[in-house]
Formats: sequence, structure tokens, C-alpha cells
Amino acid sequence: MIEIDRVSKSYGGRRIVDALSLTVAAGAFCVLLGPSGCGKSTTLRMINRLIPVDAGTIRVGGEEIGRVPAEALRRRIGYVIQSVGLFPHWPVADNIATVPRLLRWPKARIERRVDELLELFRLDPDLYRGKYPPQLSGGEQQRVGVARALAADPELLLMDEPFAAVDPVTRDALQQEIAQIHRRTRKTVLFVTHDIEEALRLADRIALMQQGRIAQAGTPLDIVAHPASDFVRDFLGRRGLGLKLLSVRTVAERLRRGESAEGEALALDAPLSEALSAMALRHADRVPVKDGEGRPVGVVTLADLVR
Amino acid sequence: MRKGRRLASPLLWVTLLFAVLLFEMPALQPVFHWAFPEARPAIYDRDSFFALFLSQLAIVAAASGAASAVGIALAIFVTRPPGRDFRALVEVLATIGQTFPPVAVLALTVPAIGFGAEPTVIALFLYGLLPVLANALAGLEGVPAAVREAAEGMGLTPLQVLRQVELPLAAPVILAGVRTSVTIAIGTATIGSTVGAVTFGTPIFDGLAADKLPFVIEGAVLVALFAIVTDMALARLETRLRRHRP
Repeated sequence: MIEIDRVSKSYGGRRIVDALSLTVAAGAFCVLLGPSGCGKSTTLRMINRLIPVDAGTIRVGGEEIGRVPAEALRRRIGYVIQSVGLFPHWPVADNIATVPRLLRWPKARIERRVDELLELFRLDPDLYRGKYPPQLSGGEQQRVGVARALAADPELLLMDEPFAAVDPVTRDALQQEIAQIHRRTRKTVLFVTHDIEEALRLADRIALMQQGRIAQAGTPLDIVAHPASDFVRDFLGRRGLGLKLLSVRTVAERLRRGESAEGEALALDAPLSEALSAMALRHADRVPVKDGEGRPVGVVTLADLVR
Repeated sequence: MRKGRRLASPLLWVTLLFAVLLFEMPALQPVFHWAFPEARPAIYDRDSFFALFLSQLAIVAAASGAASAVGIALAIFVTRPPGRDFRALVEVLATIGQTFPPVAVLALTVPAIGFGAEPTVIALFLYGLLPVLANALAGLEGVPAAVREAAEGMGLTPLQVLRQVELPLAAPVILAGVRTSVTIAIGTATIGSTVGAVTFGTPIFDGLAADKLPFVIEGAVLVALFAIVTDMALARLETRLRRHRP
């Protein structure tokens, strides 16, 4: 859990973060969203004390961050940055083992953990353990970067635009992987991005920032369905707003049970935007829906989408 | 294949040539007699060439060792937060050290501490400081900001960041500076013989004074080979350090 309480930061007389308060519940996937220069990265970097706060307090897991040595705090917090920052002179295994080694885990435990993480990111341990970062593709580097951040099983993961520099296909895969890992481990994640689609896709909470303050915080649905100001509406993009609304609601919410339709079925947790896309492609006004085991459970109709 | 590559190594052959000339120069006596009939003796004989080598090696090792240690330490200091303000000052001082001719340093230090090897060591130290400092600064600053941020963000202490990340990544560039410094020092050390230091410069200056060209050639060839062997050996070490670097 992170509690940020009226935190401010100025650079050269300019207030980058302005009395910002934000609470991220344990286990939440919170996205700090906003245009460049709104102070979201600064906020993130104040949590692991890479940047000192000017005023206000930050607590991680109930403990004020200034109370512990900065190094001890950082070893408890996973940190992933856009440019990855793998140590180019260390093989992949040593990179991932950075924090466990700092924490003096026994060697056998470190080796087990490294292999476990490589497998989690679908990188064959025998093939990747000994590779050096310059030998990896951008996507592989960021996978190793995230694995390194997760290595010592931190309570909290801070991610600063981690997927902004990779190509769209890789980004899509990485987003799926991090969402899966979050579902499985229930770690608290604070994720900074300027990409609204990425935020809607990953977040269970979004905090939209504007000039060092929170413009609006809530669930993705809250924000898209009830934008609190013109700034929020503009940032979401007025034209595509309806489609974004469909993207944060699931098929399950509009399901007509018992009815059936032709064609490939959608999953219950698929976003409604996918249903609309399928209808447009198939020239149909209804698509079938299946449950987790692949059994047909009903349909979604075009009329249901606009209800 | 491997063996072949090792045999083709220029370092091996130049080192061999240097060693042979160092110990077996008298064997070339007939050649020098034929080329310079009026020069007797034709081989410098007041000291063995190996003794000259050991003496020059000690002078260069002392001067370059100190220049490297001080240069790297200063570069580390001025790239840490408490030392950042001293950076311009340190760079100016090192530049002055290099632009000041070693001969002038000798002229100034001899009256103060007398003849012998010490003035030469001081002159070479001052002369060799800048290449080490400049390269160490470049090397430390060349560490990508993202790597340094990640290291800090992972919870490495400042000392751990320096020792585990910055220095290993800067090592090839730092070593290139040491290499330049040492190579310059080997060549320049010979002028120390004008103030009583024993080096390969001793036969050179003796030969010039007594008009014995063979002595000059012997000293010059040996000092050149000494510099080339050292340079090649350090270059090879540098290549090894650069492996796996981006």
C-alpha cells in the first residue's frame, strides 16, 4: 500500500508536484496517467527516494519512507524504467539476481529464483541465463528488466513508462504478461504512462494528473463514463470516448443468456469494444459468448452495446 | 587454429625481438663495426642493457603508477556530488601539468632535490596525469544514465554503484588513458638521463656527447621497442575488457 499525503516538489521555482495526495491500496494496479511534464514520473521517483520530497509525507506499507535507509527501502520496491538500464557487463542471470544478491540470499535460492523468473517471462533459462544484455532484443531486455524488479519478491512495483520504447506488437505482449503477473501475484503496482489505451487496458485504478495535481482518480469506468472536467474529457479524446467506454466494460455486463448466434464466440471477460469490432467485421448484429471452459453461454447484441 | 593465431600475434614477436636485443646486443658487434668502423667500442658497455631496462622500468612504474592512481582517484572525486564543484579546477591543473614541458620540470626540480631518478619521476608523473584523468572522466561519464538510475533504484549503495557498475563499465576507457600515459612516459623517461637517471637515454646522451652514433641507435631502438611492447600488451588487455560491452 502506498499513501502519498500532500507531497510537493519544485525545480527552479516551478512546482512540478503540487500538494498531491493519492492512496494506492495493497494489491491494486494503479496507473498514474497524464501528459508529459505533469509530474507523474517525479511522483513515482519520490516513492523510492530517487528524488527527495520538498514537503508532505509518503508511506509504503504503513511506514514513512524517510524512516529507513534509502537503499533498504529500494530493495523492497521493484523499479522498472523505460530505458530498462540493464547492467551491460553482467549476464542476464546476474542482472536478475541483483537485489537477491544485495540481500545476501543463499546461492542455490538465487539460482532457483532466476530460472523461475526466466520461465515466467517465457525465456528459456538454459538459453538466456548466460546471455549479455546487448545480445537481447528490446522486448527481451524489458522482460529481463521486469524480472529483475520482481526478483526479491518486492511488496511494491514501480513502473515508469516501461513499454513506451518497444514496438506495438511487443508492447501488446508485455502488457498481457504484466497483467497476468499482477493477477497471479497481487502485487501493488504503480504504473506511469501517458498512453490512455495502455491505462484503460491495465489499470484497476487510474489517477489522471494535470500540472502536478490529480485531475481525477477512480476506476477506468468512472473516469470514462463521468469525466470530471474538460481537461479529463480532452485527455481521453472526445471523439473516441464512446469506444473507450466500450473498452472498459466487459461482455459479461451485457450478456443475453440462453440465446445463440453463429460465428466464433467471445470470452466473458472480453471488452465490449471487441464485440463491436466482431459485429462490424462479420456484418452481424449479434455475436456468441462462451465461458471459461469454452461452453456457449449466450450472445451480445448491437442494441445491448448502446443500452 | 588457436595455436596458429597465437603464433601470428605481433605482440609475441615484438616481445621476442626486444628480449633478444636486450640480452644479446653484443652479438651485433660485427654489424656495428662494419657500419661504423671508427666507433670503438661499438656496443655500449658501461652498464648492461638489462640494468638500464630495470632502472627505467622502475622509474616509469613509479611515475605512471602514481599518475594513474591519482588521476583515477581525482576523476572519481569530481564525479561524486561532494567533489563536483572542484571539477573545473582539477581539469585546469592537469592541463597545466601536461603543457609544462618535462625538461622544464627537471630544470626546476633538480636544484631543489638534486640529481638522480626522483626529478624524472616527478616530471613524468605531472606529464602523465592528464591522459589518465581525461579518460577516467570520459569513462565514468560514459556510463549510461539509465544504468546508473537502475543501479540506484535497485538499492545499490553509492560505493556499490561505483565498484560494481561505474568502474567496470568505464574500465576500457580508463585503461586507454593509462596506456597513453605509460607509453608517453617510457619515451620521455630517456631525458631523465640528462640529470642522472639511469635509462635507455643514458647510452643515447653518452653517444651524442662522445659522437658515438652506435650508442644512440642502441638506446633508441631499445626504448622504442620497450614502448611498443608495453603499448601492445595494454591494448590487448583493453580489448579483453571491452568484450560484451555495448
